[in-house]
Amino acid sequence: MTTTAASAATPAAPPHGLSRAQLHELYYYMRLTRSLEERLVNLYRQTKVIGGLFRSLGQEADSVGSAYALDRTRGDFLSPLIRNLGSMLVQGAQPLEILRQYMAKAESPTRGRELNIHYGDLDRGFIGQISHLGDMVPVMAGVALSFKMRKQPRVGLVYVGDGAMSTGAFHEGINFAAVQRLPMVIVCENNGYSFSTPMRKQTAVAQLVDKAAAYGIPGVRADGNDVLAVYGATKPAVELARNGGGCTLIELVTYRRKGHAEHDNQSYVPAGEIEAWEAKDPIDRCIRDLTAAGWATAGELADIDARIAALLDEAVGACENEPMPEAMSALDGVLADPARTELEWYRRIDG
Amino acid sequence: MAEVTYLEAIRQGMQEEMRRDENVFILGEDIGAYGGAFKVTEGFLAEFGERRVIDTPIAEAAIVGAAAGAAHMGLRPVAEMQFIDFISCAYDMLTNYVATARYRAGLPTPMVVRGPSGGYVRGGPFHSQNPEAAFLHTPGLKIVCPATARDAKGLIKSAIRDDDPVLYFEHKYLYRRIKEHLPEGEEILTPIGKARVAREGKDLTIVTWSAMVYKALEAAERLEKEDGLQVEVLDLRTLLPMDDEAIMTSVRKTNRVLIAHEDTRTGGVAGEITARINDQAFEWLDAPVRRVTAHDVPLPYAPTLEDFVLPQTDDLVVAARWLAAY
Repeated sequence: MTTTAASAATPAAPPHGLSRAQLHELYYYMRLTRSLEERLVNLYRQTKVIGGLFRSLGQEADSVGSAYALDRTRGDFLSPLIRNLGSMLVQGAQPLEILRQYMAKAESPTRGRELNIHYGDLDRGFIGQISHLGDMVPVMAGVALSFKMRKQPRVGLVYVGDGAMSTGAFHEGINFAAVQRLPMVIVCENNGYSFSTPMRKQTAVAQLVDKAAAYGIPGVRADGNDVLAVYGATKPAVELARNGGGCTLIELVTYRRKGHAEHDNQSYVPAGEIEAWEAKDPIDRCIRDLTAAGWATAGELADIDARIAALLDEAVGACENEPMPEAMSALDGVLADPARTELEWYRRIDG
Repeated sequence: MAEVTYLEAIRQGMQEEMRRDENVFILGEDIGAYGGAFKVTEGFLAEFGERRVIDTPIAEAAIVGAAAGAAHMGLRPVAEMQFIDFISCAYDMLTNYVATARYRAGLPTPMVVRGPSGGYVRGGPFHSQNPEAAFLHTPGLKIVCPATARDAKGLIKSAIRDDDPVLYFEHKYLYRRIKEHLPEGEEILTPIGKARVAREGKDLTIVTWSAMVYKALEAAERLEKEDGLQVEVLDLRTLLPMDDEAIMTSVRKTNRVLIAHEDTRTGGVAGEITARINDQAFEWLDAPVRRVTAHDVPLPYAPTLEDFVLPQTDDLVVAARWLAAY
């Protein structure tokens, strides 16, 4: 039976109009992100991941909380960067797809053509990134332009990092979106480093959100390790965009606790910095906040963890032994017409 | 029947497609109120409104990137580069993002990037370029270069309807110099990927495209009058995908090939055509394939310099005589 203390102190209503079930969902996606990446680490160490592995350890709250502020039922769109796996999961990406991508399987969403989380699905509302940072900002501006032209109440959200904001494409894209008053949210995930380069060598502004003024759009800064604060900062920006109010730049302050990729030993990181941010872990914080306020019990969260473990067991088991793509499929689909690229002559020689 | 200039033909083609398909829209610098630097889109703002005629900031990467995003969503954007020289500012977006989108992500990207290319207009190094070779090497793009008013109209319409990204390089020297009767009401759709025999001949083939077609025709006239040579002129019209069949058919007929282009020689499109002839019709050749191109220098401004650097009709005549005598 429940304690008298719990029934005496009825939990306060969750913030930002979120329901108890939605808070559990936020926790679910953060935990799913982390657990999926942990499975990938195991597969990487078994050399089953073909390319590099990119972690978002410690950044799960900013991806999940911001993507959760979009309305999938209304057809909102996002474009992630390399540490926004959580945002894709919120939009409906499946762990099985991510595993297949990393392991270059024939059945992967890109049929073995692209790596890691570089894929998208127009039906579910996310567009795959390319490696050239900043390029997705003009592309998402085009997606948002289509919403505006068709008078659809939909919003596009694009992620950039502290490094991507130095590129010309970022500047061109956000300026274009701001001038056109497009329904778009630009989320800057400030995790302190772009590969080994700290933010102080990336920009002379004190805070990345200061750049919003240069584009004449509102800027919002929030604690990226607090999923509720992230949601609380993003939701109004999404609704502003939906209601014709144009773009917002949101800076989410977080920290990249792993290297750029698994091979990076982080020798450039000052002593003690990673440990200091471990103490601010977003999932630990979410558990503390939810249980302290009475919005979740330890048992409920443990059930979620168990559900995720079972889901991932099944996903890994399902695809680990799948084949890679058939080699000749490399020639398909460069263009709609012609649909197949010609085989080189030396491959047609008999004998 | 109305006489239509090359420029008006481009305009008509875009207008017809915008009237036919609500999903077609245009974006670029100064294309709205001003009607474009060369007035190609004059009248579009009045007819189609700000929603479908979008004046953009000076930001070629944003223009091309936004066109791509909109194309993914089912629209059919036509992006103008004010001068095609500025397409290099969007090179990353075109080669890395747009050209790979279908292959890597199954993303449909039906869009056109068009703009004035070419020299002979005293435009200097940054208003005279022919950038086709820079994109020929990129799987996932199509490249068209119309020479006639009919093809200017027919290719812009086909490019807009194509489900792949198309680079449409129009030649500014031809804008108001070329006129043609184009029957009103005729639906002109020039197929992408098909060359055109601009002049029949049996002694020698000049393979070329865009404004150089006219220099080749002039040279052919002179060679017929002065030397009795029957020169065939093949106007490629599309560079990607290249019409190998048309090239080889002409090679097998004349056995001597001159490739002429306005762009510089090294790494130019003529090299690729030469390699294809070597692959597919080597035994039909009676002479080495030769090129007439611009000299390998940035295009200078002064008329004495520009005329020297760019290939002229006289150059084609001299080169053709050399080939015929080989």
